[in-house]
Amino acid sequence: MTTPAVSDSVSERQHEKLHDVVIRFAGDSGDGMQLTGTQFTNTSAVLGNDLSTLPDFPAEIRAPAGTLPGVSAFQVRIADYDIHTPGDVPDVLVAMNPAALKTNLGDLVPNGIVILNVNEFNKRNLGKAHYDVDPREDGSLEGFRLFEVELTRLTLEALQELELDNRSRGRCKNFFALGMVYWMYSRPLDNTIEYLYKKFAKKPILAEANEKALRAGYNYCDITGAFQVRYEVEPAQLEPGLYRNINGNSALALGFVAASRRSGLPLFLGSYPITPASSVLHELAKYKQYNVTTFQAEDEIAAVCAAIGASFGGSLAITSTSGPGIALKSEGMNLALMTELPLVVINVQRAGPSTGMPTKTEQSDLLQVMFGRNGEAPMPVIAPSSPADCFFAALEASRMAVHHMVPVILISDGYLANGSEPWRLPSVEDLPDLTVDFYGGENTDPEVGFLPYRRSSETLARPWAVPGTPGLEHRIGGLEKQDGTGNVSYDPENHEHMTRLRAEKVERIANTIPELEVVGDEDAELLVVGWGSTLGAITGAVNLARRQGYKVARTHFRHIHPLPRNTEEVLRQFPNVLMPELNTGQMAMLLRSHFLIDVQTYSKVQGKPFTRSEILDRIVEMLET
Amino acid sequence: MTEQATLTRSDFQSDQEVRWCPGCGDYAILKAVQDVFPTLGIPKEKFVIVSGIGCSSRFPYYMDTYGFHTIHGRAPAIATGLKVSRPDLEVWVVTGDGDALSIGGNHLIHALRRNVGLKIMLFNNRIYGLTKGQYSPTSEVGKRTSSTPYGSIDAPFNPLAIALGAGASFVARGVDVFLPHLKSILQRASAHQGTAFVEIYQNCNIFNDGAFQAVTSKEHRKADVIYLEHGQPVTFGDDRELGIQMDGAQLKVVELGDGLTADDCLVWDETDRNLAWAMAQMEAPAFPTPIGILRSVERPSFESQVVAQIQHEIDIKGSGSLDELVRSGDTWTVT
Ligand code: SF4
Repeated sequence: MTTPAVSDSVSERQHEKLHDVVIRFAGDSGDGMQLTGTQFTNTSAVLGNDLSTLPDFPAEIRAPAGTLPGVSAFQVRIADYDIHTPGDVPDVLVAMNPAALKTNLGDLVPNGIVILNVNEFNKRNLGKAHYDVDPREDGSLEGFRLFEVELTRLTLEALQELELDNRSRGRCKNFFALGMVYWMYSRPLDNTIEYLYKKFAKKPILAEANEKALRAGYNYCDITGAFQVRYEVEPAQLEPGLYRNINGNSALALGFVAASRRSGLPLFLGSYPITPASSVLHELAKYKQYNVTTFQAEDEIAAVCAAIGASFGGSLAITSTSGPGIALKSEGMNLALMTELPLVVINVQRAGPSTGMPTKTEQSDLLQVMFGRNGEAPMPVIAPSSPADCFFAALEASRMAVHHMVPVILISDGYLANGSEPWRLPSVEDLPDLTVDFYGGENTDPEVGFLPYRRSSETLARPWAVPGTPGLEHRIGGLEKQDGTGNVSYDPENHEHMTRLRAEKVERIANTIPELEVVGDEDAELLVVGWGSTLGAITGAVNLARRQGYKVARTHFRHIHPLPRNTEEVLRQFPNVLMPELNTGQMAMLLRSHFLIDVQTYSKVQGKPFTRSEILDRIVEMLET
Repeated sequence: MTEQATLTRSDFQSDQEVRWCPGCGDYAILKAVQDVFPTLGIPKEKFVIVSGIGCSSRFPYYMDTYGFHTIHGRAPAIATGLKVSRPDLEVWVVTGDGDALSIGGNHLIHALRRNVGLKIMLFNNRIYGLTKGQYSPTSEVGKRTSSTPYGSIDAPFNPLAIALGAGASFVARGVDVFLPHLKSILQRASAHQGTAFVEIYQNCNIFNDGAFQAVTSKEHRKADVIYLEHGQPVTFGDDRELGIQMDGAQLKVVELGDGLTADDCLVWDETDRNLAWAMAQMEAPAFPTPIGILRSVERPSFESQVVAQIQHEIDIKGSGSLDELVRSGDTWTVT
């Protein structure tokens, strides 16, 4: 594939090298902004840039066109070095209509680039965006580099020859915009064109239309000289290897397929659609050839219960949901705990109580997954720290479940679920061996018979004896069990014993997980501690602070329950500990109550991830006072 | 598999002491099941009994099979996951009127519509026993219980009508004290592909004694009970002097004699959905009570289709390589 001929004029224009750039595509939810952003991302990935993305969906599927709630945006940051976040503030804003401008302009960096589709700036659309005055006329765009482009008209013109109705032609305008941005950042077009012909294999006219629009946008910049500067972002020095770009939910799905293969157990997912977890179900539903069974249940409760049934039968059983679903599943989770069956419960967190803000991210279900069940009901909790880490967290959660015979919670969030990053692909042989041996009756004392709750002295796990095994017929259930026999027991001593035993079983997992690692200055005055999806922002902020001369270190929790063995030692090593969290201080509360250490909370609950600079500011503030 | 030929009732009796109230109808049903299981030609280790919560749900503890005493109302969901992932197992669900029709109503209707290969026995005693006598979703209007001291005002469910409405492929009714009849139904249920739903009238002699007098008492058990038999004219009564005829979309009771014979009565057809629906509406005391198999039709089971879909994908694509899967999508190499 070739890119359009480079005209002479280009070489005369100024070329500028950038280390990184943040671009936000914003438009109506019908404008295809997610697709546009994804295309820019994929092309940049293939060029070898490091990258990070942040999609921002409207809550409604199709809010009325042109309105503020209907705005959909996709932010992507590309860089020639190792980055950790999708960027704090965009350098470039592509706004397809007045509503997109209004909702996104406030985030733009001073002197940032604004590309406007002026064809949409009519009275009607300005009204829908609640603009009394055209923002191009009231000075509100001063201080930005404004490029007014007749995106719609130019697209229609470019597609004049094609046998398509005007509506279909107009819908290609996002690719015109993409072509312009490709030109500005010196990207080739071939990757996207290849994608178009694959996607529209059955309707080649649409592939052709979008290709034409893409090329027209590119050529428009080339010919008109609208932009005086053309930028380049060179490949990043990433670790050598084969890469692909991946978002968190896709990585989770792949991780569980890998866990299934590495354990030799068929994978069973019970799930009920819920934002932002549904795509785990969508992805796994595709993998039937990997002997994956996906079961879309009648409700959240049935989803976890079906998984428990499959686990009893010997599957690697998982269920995926978000906070409201966890609330509904809690009784089922306790059944798995009581019957000591392996199960992985995925919570892709969203913002707020009740229905809250389903499309927004937050970390506020931590205490829910730790404690939100009746009785003393400890479960292991693991939190992936980046989109690609979701793959490995899925394997680790599966390992804990099947080797320790416990239900495990994997707590991700909307930011990880939809955000993406380059993933250096592991070689399959290097993945952990999760082999499971079902109990077949070995060493059963014929006098006593099979004891379904006889435990491994090392892990305290009970045997996994699956139905169909002759001679091991046994009954399990939610009533308290007598240790050993598994018979129903109301004995007071036994209940206390079992309560402590279930806790101890989880605690012993600490012997099998890595210790905390501290990165940064050994003599740091401040340790910044995070868990889950805040890793990127914290890493970026700590790196900046250290470059500015502050003595800072950081550490990150991936395992939240049980905690890594050296947790207390690490926390006590530093005079100050700061915990940024997208909640009001839940992990800090856990650490404070565990260790009586003064962990300071930096809290944010806006449905948005931390930016680097927010955390940097807080670090500086703490160290300057 | 010589072993299965020799299975007897005692092979299915567990060492656990049975703890239902003396005289409870559950004892008879337990006996029926323990009598039927050895006759099915299924290895013992393949049986799994899944129950919810309630008196009836203690059932698995008394059977020496694999068993799962789960949580309130969820047995059909748990059994679904088990059966879908392990179609080789013979999965029976034991539930009650509160468990299946109140807290677990959703799971019941969805198991039935999917046609999962489960045998569901719903012990209907029209009361909550384990929680000490509150009215249930099958209790009659006006019933005075601990939670309805002035009489219940809830309209009751008709379990057969619910099963038929949910698209069940096998719907039957048995009675705890009609043991041979109940066993024959359970045998048919076991042979059925897909969900077999069996409502069993079960007397709770502590909180709702005599709830099924109109069916089980000496004076009624012939006079007012219709024993449905596929292909046979529907007659009943002490001397089979009564019969059933269609009257528009409904059924009516006719007196035989005067030139009217059994041949003039409705011939029972368990594949006719409309007939099943009309028959399910017949309720004492205004009408005789039908028992037996109301509906039995062949419909592919849910799990067989799940397996077929997976197998089809494996056949056309091969059983996937993990390595290829991880490396799929747009990849690039950094050197
Ligand atoms: S309370 Fe009723 S249903 Fe429960 S065991 Fe006693 S008699 Fe049987």
